[in-house]
Amino acid sequence: MNNDLVLVLKNDRLNVDQQRVLSLTLRIVGLVITYLFLVFMALLMLFPFYWMIITSLKTGAEIQQMEQTYWPTVIFWENYSQAVSRMDFGTVITNTLIVGVVSTLGTLVTTIFAAFAFARLEFKGRDACFMILLSTMMIPGEMMVITNYITVSLFGMTGGQNALGAYAAMILPFMVSIFYIYLLRQNFKQIPNELYLAAKVDGKSDWQFLWKVMVPLAMPTLITIFILKLMGAWNSYVWPNLITSGHRELYLVTNALRSTFDSLTNPNDAGAQMAATVIVTVPLLLVFIFFRKYIMRGVSRAGIKG
Amino acid sequence: METKNNWKAWLYLAPVIILLAVFTFYPIINTFVVSFLKGYNYTNGTSQGFTFENYVQILSPNGVYFKDVMQTALPNTLLITFITVPISIIVALLIAIGLNSIPAVKKLLQTIFFLPYVTNSIAIGMVFAVIFDSRFGVFNSILHTQISWLTYNPDTGQSVNYWAALFALSFYIVWHSLPYKILIFLGGLQNIDQQYYDAAKIDAAGRIKTTWRITVPLLSPQILYVMITSFIGAFKEYDSVIGLFGDSGGFFDSTTGPDTMKTVVYFIYQQIAQNRVQYASAAAVILFIIILIFTGIQFMVSKKRVHY
Repeated sequence: MNNDLVLVLKNDRLNVDQQRVLSLTLRIVGLVITYLFLVFMALLMLFPFYWMIITSLKTGAEIQQMEQTYWPTVIFWENYSQAVSRMDFGTVITNTLIVGVVSTLGTLVTTIFAAFAFARLEFKGRDACFMILLSTMMIPGEMMVITNYITVSLFGMTGGQNALGAYAAMILPFMVSIFYIYLLRQNFKQIPNELYLAAKVDGKSDWQFLWKVMVPLAMPTLITIFILKLMGAWNSYVWPNLITSGHRELYLVTNALRSTFDSLTNPNDAGAQMAATVIVTVPLLLVFIFFRKYIMRGVSRAGIKG
Repeated sequence: METKNNWKAWLYLAPVIILLAVFTFYPIINTFVVSFLKGYNYTNGTSQGFTFENYVQILSPNGVYFKDVMQTALPNTLLITFITVPISIIVALLIAIGLNSIPAVKKLLQTIFFLPYVTNSIAIGMVFAVIFDSRFGVFNSILHTQISWLTYNPDTGQSVNYWAALFALSFYIVWHSLPYKILIFLGGLQNIDQQYYDAAKIDAAGRIKTTWRITVPLLSPQILYVMITSFIGAFKEYDSVIGLFGDSGGFFDSTTGPDTMKTVVYFIYQQIAQNRVQYASAAAVILFIIILIFTGIQFMVSKKRVHY
């Protein structure tokens, strides 16, 4: 008989050393699996970007090879000049900037006013009014699109008859965002009451207080709204498509992208097509790189309340 | 309270209320009304009175649009929803928990995982169309297959397989929808008190058990939120179809394949573009009711399961 006292953990009938080794291996295996999974998923996230860029630099012949190459053998810049001229890039970027900037500035103004009223002013029916606004967020936008299409076409804004009308139709319905009002109201509410009272004592009006104190303090949120809204305009497709209905000179960038390269029937086209998608994607990625914090904070804010 | 604030407040709210009245409140009511109008002509506002006809044409087996909606668009939409929502939530949850467990690389990977969010869904859809191309797509090349995922392959004469197309579409939708979910889940994970995990450690609970018994229940408000928003998003899937299959929504004829990937929202926009707004309205109301029912069910189930 062995006289040593051995501690046996009832659980797995292992002694302390074995238990320690086991738990250490389990931890290492777990860590390795976690890393492998995350790295694999990260590569999966990046792969389409990589593939887009290298395909945009390949010649048509190389794209059609049975065995795919993972780096272009000849760098073929011509895809880019083709993409720019075929999409009529200068025109569509002008349209997109006009629509994007005006609707974004408009949204900022309406949002600041409404958020100020909901956050700072006391008036009858405030909470009820706010709840009604929030509840419209539940209703699918398609319900509104149908009637809005009727409305703007009754004003002669569709069909590309006049550019100004088309711009107005692409801007006006998107000058209010209830989600951003909600976001900014939260932000305004955090500004302490004492500041407001102090401003009152100094004889400042509500109007001055809003622009001199609240707006500067809420600048980060306003930047977030500005960027997200601008990105929304850059990515909008279906409404401009309805409004412009085939008038290329009024297209926004995404409409031009889709209508210029509507199918892959000609494989020689794939290079120019990918060059066009790079041109559309790069500005978004640049904005993301410079304003990562603002974008991610704005997007995640939606989920905090649960 | 000062009563003089009343009119001032409404003045501040005026721009929002006017715009909402014209472009949100009136449209909601009007779309309902139009969906019940017979032979509605919006250019002069005339109709032949009240009818259920628009709904009958969509819902009854003899209706003109029964095949387009009930046999094509709605099944497509439901399949997309029930495939992509559970998969993307589970994968996003795994990624978020994984990221949270290794703080060293969390920041860098988090940025990479957010990249698909800041993309144009049409543009990246076109990239996936190149990746999944039947003749020269890299997906076939990696798998050593010759599957016609999205397009007819003239070299092999193979038409598009519906399930292959659905796979490619779901793959893209999941890829595109992960970032938002990961971000929300990571936000929720940050708020979980470390002491729950310390307690679990004392009880010698394993990692899987800890995740299942502590992390998931404590994350349930975020999971519910993500579930509801992604169900709504999936029911309204449209851009991804256009990006992947082109304007035609993947029109496959007898040689290229029998089906299409058109969704309910695709049907709605198609009807608007062809000036048949009453059918578009009826379809939109049907979609709204479906979304309402699903959201209601999720809230009811969540009452038992979600821990606030």
